[in-house]
Amino acid sequence: MKAGTLKQILLLTDGCSNKGEDPAVVAGLANQQGITVNVIGILDDDQTEEPEGLREVEDIAVSGGGVSQIVYSERLSQTVQMVTRQAMTQTLQGFVNKELRSILGKNQSMEELEPEKRGEIMEVVEDLGETSDLEVVVLVDSSASMRDKLETVKEALVDLSISLNARIGKNRFCIYRFPGRRNDIELVLDWSPKLDAISQVFPKLTSGGITPTGPALRAAMYQFSKKQLRRKWDEEPFDIEETGY
Amino acid sequence: MKNHSTLKKPAIKLHAGQNVIGKWHHQSYTVVRKIGEGAIGAVYLCTQRGRPVALKISEQDAAVTVEVNVLKALKKVQGYRLGPSLLDVDDWTAPNGRVYSFYVMEYMKGDRLGAFIQAEGKKWLGVLMIQLLDDLEQLHQAGWTFGDLKTDNILVESNPPRIRLVDVGGTTRMGRSIKEYTEFFDRGYWGLGTRKAEPSYDLFAVAMVFLHIYYPRRFDRVAGEASGKLLEKKLYRAKDLDLLHPILKRALKGKYLTASEMKKDVIDKMKQLQRRSHYHKKTRQKKNYPVLESFSISIVASIYWIISLLLP
Ligand SMILES: Nc1ncnc2c1ncn2[C@@H]1O[C@H](COP(=O)(O)OP(=O)(O)O)[C@@H](O)[C@H]1O
Repeated sequence: MKAGTLKQILLLTDGCSNKGEDPAVVAGLANQQGITVNVIGILDDDQTEEPEGLREVEDIAVSGGGVSQIVYSERLSQTVQMVTRQAMTQTLQGFVNKELRSILGKNQSMEELEPEKRGEIMEVVEDLGETSDLEVVVLVDSSASMRDKLETVKEALVDLSISLNARIGKNRFCIYRFPGRRNDIELVLDWSPKLDAISQVFPKLTSGGITPTGPALRAAMYQFSKKQLRRKWDEEPFDIEETGY
Repeated sequence: MKNHSTLKKPAIKLHAGQNVIGKWHHQSYTVVRKIGEGAIGAVYLCTQRGRPVALKISEQDAAVTVEVNVLKALKKVQGYRLGPSLLDVDDWTAPNGRVYSFYVMEYMKGDRLGAFIQAEGKKWLGVLMIQLLDDLEQLHQAGWTFGDLKTDNILVESNPPRIRLVDVGGTTRMGRSIKEYTEFFDRGYWGLGTRKAEPSYDLFAVAMVFLHIYYPRRFDRVAGEASGKLLEKKLYRAKDLDLLHPILKRALKGKYLTASEMKKDVIDKMKQLQRRSHYHKKTRQKKNYPVLESFSISIVASIYWIISLLLP
């Protein structure tokens, strides 16, 4: 079995969207296109309970078929890499479940298998997670309240690429921030296998109080499509051979 | 348009006295108390027909299955007890209606490494390090990297003191990417190496484990400061470790490619000390050399222990 390329959007935010379409709906749309949407909500160090705004975080991830987590910024690095990996496993499991159903019948899924069989299947899922290629569009909220967190976000992203680049499969990342100065999103770093170099390009500036999460997600989704258009010879969205960078 | 079955599965909390009954194997476990909690679920001390066992349960089914696979693989490593032994794997339907995966393992009674050294003294440093390196050597030879090696995951059983590794959540096949780690002990965090599973990954963590005993609150990397220098500085400040400094430094630099190389250096160091302390005893009146003395005690202990290893 070959999983091909896994596609993820990683959204990092500290609040609620307040402009444009509902981000959960857009995330659902992205998921239908084979893209997984993961969301990390970042708390301020002095926040003792989850603010209202971060409730959206779980909704977006659930409809985006991904994983969500709310954390203090000191835990960000470990969380970012865990969420990404967990989502890969989840996607691959879904993929394997589909295969299982086609072999064993409609209602079979991993959870309904006895633990012994599940173990064998999990080995396959792990192998796939280690070897499949991964593309991540990182979407960083850069509204004003994020100002003090951007340095930590940068570190967490460098850390993420260290983790993922230890895998056998290939990785590509690109980073956008939102809102951009002119558009819903603004490119920070174009597709690249590593993130070590982001120190120079990572924004320190934030922009106003608008958080157009929905429109930003939609724009992020098109970053994959653009690439797919470029290689329109691949018909199967889930079985793309990498053609090198 | 919210569908409840797709909502995120809530983390599970068990309370004392609660019974966990397996869906497949129908075994019943009574919760005594929580032992620990980490990235993947929590571990509880339970009793099964009066005997103590450790039960790990998590909302992340996949992660539970992965750990079980590792424990099963380790079981096959001949005649050597690496990690706790696995007793049962099952699912449990919680009162909230959701199904949680869990596994049951041998309950290991012991102190965490840090607590043990605090209580019993630094004389045990050498012996325990040799034991740890010995276990890692076995594990590496079987094709695995421990991964999430940290002070919390090293227990010391008593009489005689014996190191046991717990929590195989990070245990990864050689050549793959480390599954789970803890920043302070992770060379990737310090910018001193990759997160690829290989022996030197664990050996770096060994050095950090011993450093951690003397910096129980840990410390962070400093932006703009080379981590190699920082760790070296911290190492030199941990005076109790001074005899092991050159060895720990090599491990931090990734100079040891196998656990046995590092182990050999520790053993050599201890032999050398034994000779020296012998000399001191002969030539001088009893002068206070606490470090040397304590090390010579540990040499006797470690020789005792090495002999015990050689016996069938
Ligand atoms: N079989 C066991 N016997 C005794 N203590 C254990 C056992 N397994 C785990 N523990 C303790 O519980 C803590 C939490 O374990 P675990 O959840 O597996 O680790 P983590 O959550 O840090 O990945 C460990 O650090 C260890 O001290």
